[in-house]
Amino acid sequence: MDAILFYAFAAIAVGSAVVVVAQRNPVYSAFALIVTLCSLSVVFALLGSPFIAVLQVIVYAGAIMVLFLFVLMLLNVRREEDAPGRGGRRLSGVAVALVTLLVLQAGAVLVRPSRDPVPEFDASTRKMAEILFSPHFLYVFEATSILILAALVGAIALARKEP
Amino acid sequence: MSPSPLVQSLVLASVKIAVVVGALLGLFSLMTWIERRSLAFMQFRLGPNRTGPLGLFQPIADGIKLFFKEEVMPAAAHKWAFLAAPVVALGTALLAVAVLPYGPPFTLPRFDFLPGWLWPEWLKGRPGQIQIAHVDVGLLFIFAIAALGVYGVVLAGWAANNKYSLLGGLRSSAQMFSYELALGLSWVGVIMLAGSFEIADIVNDQAQRLGGWFLGWNAFVQFPAFVVYFIAATAEVARIPFDLPEGETELVAGFHTEYSSMRFALIQMAEYINMITVAVLCANLFLGGWHSGIPGLPSEGLPGFVWWGAKVAALLFVFIWLRGTLPRFRYDQLMHFGWKVLIPVAAVSILLTAAGVVFFPRLFEVASR
Repeated sequence: MDAILFYAFAAIAVGSAVVVVAQRNPVYSAFALIVTLCSLSVVFALLGSPFIAVLQVIVYAGAIMVLFLFVLMLLNVRREEDAPGRGGRRLSGVAVALVTLLVLQAGAVLVRPSRDPVPEFDASTRKMAEILFSPHFLYVFEATSILILAALVGAIALARKEP
Repeated sequence: MSPSPLVQSLVLASVKIAVVVGALLGLFSLMTWIERRSLAFMQFRLGPNRTGPLGLFQPIADGIKLFFKEEVMPAAAHKWAFLAAPVVALGTALLAVAVLPYGPPFTLPRFDFLPGWLWPEWLKGRPGQIQIAHVDVGLLFIFAIAALGVYGVVLAGWAANNKYSLLGGLRSSAQMFSYELALGLSWVGVIMLAGSFEIADIVNDQAQRLGGWFLGWNAFVQFPAFVVYFIAATAEVARIPFDLPEGETELVAGFHTEYSSMRFALIQMAEYINMITVAVLCANLFLGGWHSGIPGLPSEGLPGFVWWGAKVAALLFVFIWLRGTLPRFRYDQLMHFGWKVLIPVAAVSILLTAAGVVFFPRLFEVASR
């Protein structure tokens, strides 16, 4: 059952990721990206971590992509037209993708991951919270929030009109 | 011989889905009638009263009419997006419904007089609850689905390739994004008190406070959060006074201007189901769910369903009442209210709750962890 769901959603994730790149219309690309993120979230849920799965949807598929779409629609971005030199860029993109695939595949073969199922582990919400707020990660966690706050202040300072 | 547990749970889940979705669709058509009649009475009109007794068959007539109407698609529309948008809207609306508990837990009756193939042994005396999926992170799941719910509206507004629709879609994305924050923050205090994301736990947590009296419900203990939730929820389902995405006096009909026939009905259905979800959630999180609120009065089994149903019905009526009473916000007022009033109030409420939970755990009867 889990295997069927995994392969189904993995296929959807890869397929819609291809659409993100291949689609000329930016709004369709954005929607394909949302589909990719949602199917990744299902994979997280299958791995036994509903908390991460839900966060994936809330933060990426929800909050960030809404902003993307808002900007795309506000600026009324048109279909991408063929620009000169597009063929070369496309070729280089394919080459980079192939090399990345090769490296990943080589890594997988060299590291030789065990074929056994992942041992049972506790990835529940409570466990996640305990780990995040343990002395080990607490300062990193707080530092991240300060980083986000700084970004926020910076964005407002940039967007603000001088009186 | 009883079937394997997987088959048992699949059968039960299918039956639950059929019951819940069937009930929601019935409630949706009933709601359209109740809303039109109540609004009419508030405005000294009669409303639809000709089709059937008291006009009760009006939703059926409306449904038949919408079925046989011609479907119009604008020539310049983005075809696939235009077709997909109502499905996305209804799909996300129905997804959120899956993790809500509907009424108290109960045990299935034994029904010994029924034949074995109709009421098999494994069903007899089985504990159950009308809740399709028990998710460890129920409340967060609803938040995630609410975050996705905006795409139906945005897609509909963009796909029609109409200026009014696009403006409606844009307004909707900005509005939902702003009020979602307040909505999520209003839940934090409730979650902290119950120590759980699961909605059924939050319901039962309220019942053990103050000896089971209704003053211990989150609506009173978490009063600011309750007010913030109700306002933000009204904005999330884009009802008056927050119906700027539709705003018929400025935008014709906003994001669904170009929709007709059954696709229009799908969008309408999604809106009503979202409204029901928000009301059910409010009854469960803040109004004690299926608990009577008066010690001594039963809240298990059938009486529990009655209490729960009465709370949901009252909340739904408040939504209609608001529609008959309030004017629409101006756009700058909407943004100001969301960001500068609701969010700070919710944040202060969270701080106070956190202090209370840490320093006076006995006062709030926080479950020991």
